[in-house]
Amino acid sequence: MHELSLATSIIETIRGESRKRPESRIVKVGLRIGELAGIDPNALEFSFDILIKDTDLAPLEVEMERMPRRHLCPTCSREFIVDDYETDCPDCGDPRTTLISGDELEIAWLEVEES
Amino acid sequence: MSRIDLREKVLNENDRIAGELRERFARKNALVLNFISSPGAGKTALLEQTLRWFPKKLKAATLTGDIETENDAERIAPYGFPVKQITTGGACHLDARMVERGLDELGADEYDVLFIENIGNLVCPSSFDLGEEAKIVLLSVTEGDDKPFKYPSTFVRADLLIINKIDLAPYVDFDMMKARKAARKVNPNIEILELSCKTGDGIKEWVHWIQKKVHLKRKAIAS
Repeated sequence: MHELSLATSIIETIRGESRKRPESRIVKVGLRIGELAGIDPNALEFSFDILIKDTDLAPLEVEMERMPRRHLCPTCSREFIVDDYETDCPDCGDPRTTLISGDELEIAWLEVEES
Repeated sequence: MSRIDLREKVLNENDRIAGELRERFARKNALVLNFISSPGAGKTALLEQTLRWFPKKLKAATLTGDIETENDAERIAPYGFPVKQITTGGACHLDARMVERGLDELGADEYDVLFIENIGNLVCPSSFDLGEEAKIVLLSVTEGDDKPFKYPSTFVRADLLIINKIDLAPYVDFDMMKARKAARKVNPNIEILELSCKTGDGIKEWVHWIQKKVHLKRKAIAS
């Protein structure tokens, strides 16, 4: 529901990065969105398109990578993707596994072109 | 063409302020609880009951969020503890800066427990750290027993689930076991309490939960 304000803050970051590199142009931005982030990628992309349309940042491509929920087992160090909320370790059965990714919302990378 | 690794969290600024809030609460030794639920699940009613039966030896304060109106603060004020309404004017969640500002306006600086009533919404508030010690999700029986599967982002991050309006369960086909199982499947570590703000059932156990948390906190600091 707050995708528009998130898109605004992502664009602020991109502007900041752009100012640091006056000699190049940002052409593409990579986002990582965890499945638990509570974010609708379509709504985010839509907000993003509206905000950059007709600005100096356009054209700017967005690539979104959905990150699955991953857990780590404290006993055997196994990392695994949580499917259907099954959080017990698939190897040793320990139920005390912890979330290591899947709730992130980050600007992962930028692709720049020398102008 | 070249690629630059950035790895910058979109909510960086919120997390930074939440970190400052957490330090501020730690200095006071205050227990801070962030209440999240759908609209109408009974967050304000629970706060009314909580403050009514609040342990005499402890001090409470409340920040209550709403999109419009000061109604919630007006309901909570008669219980004699400081309360400040945060009106977001449209935003679907509270963020750390709103809490920071709300605390400044609250005026009271001495509290053992700070209750933060988030905006009624089971999606957005879960992404925003407010510097709290525990997130508490409220689910009323009229909403259905499959809510944890529908809104995993909130249930995964919650420390405690409070199932409210249990007096209505027989009339709305709410399966308590099913709801508890769903919550535990989404979050195996979640604690669960059942209560009714209308009849007062379970309120004692809930107030006891708060006392236990305060006690554990003090013990941890003492050692």
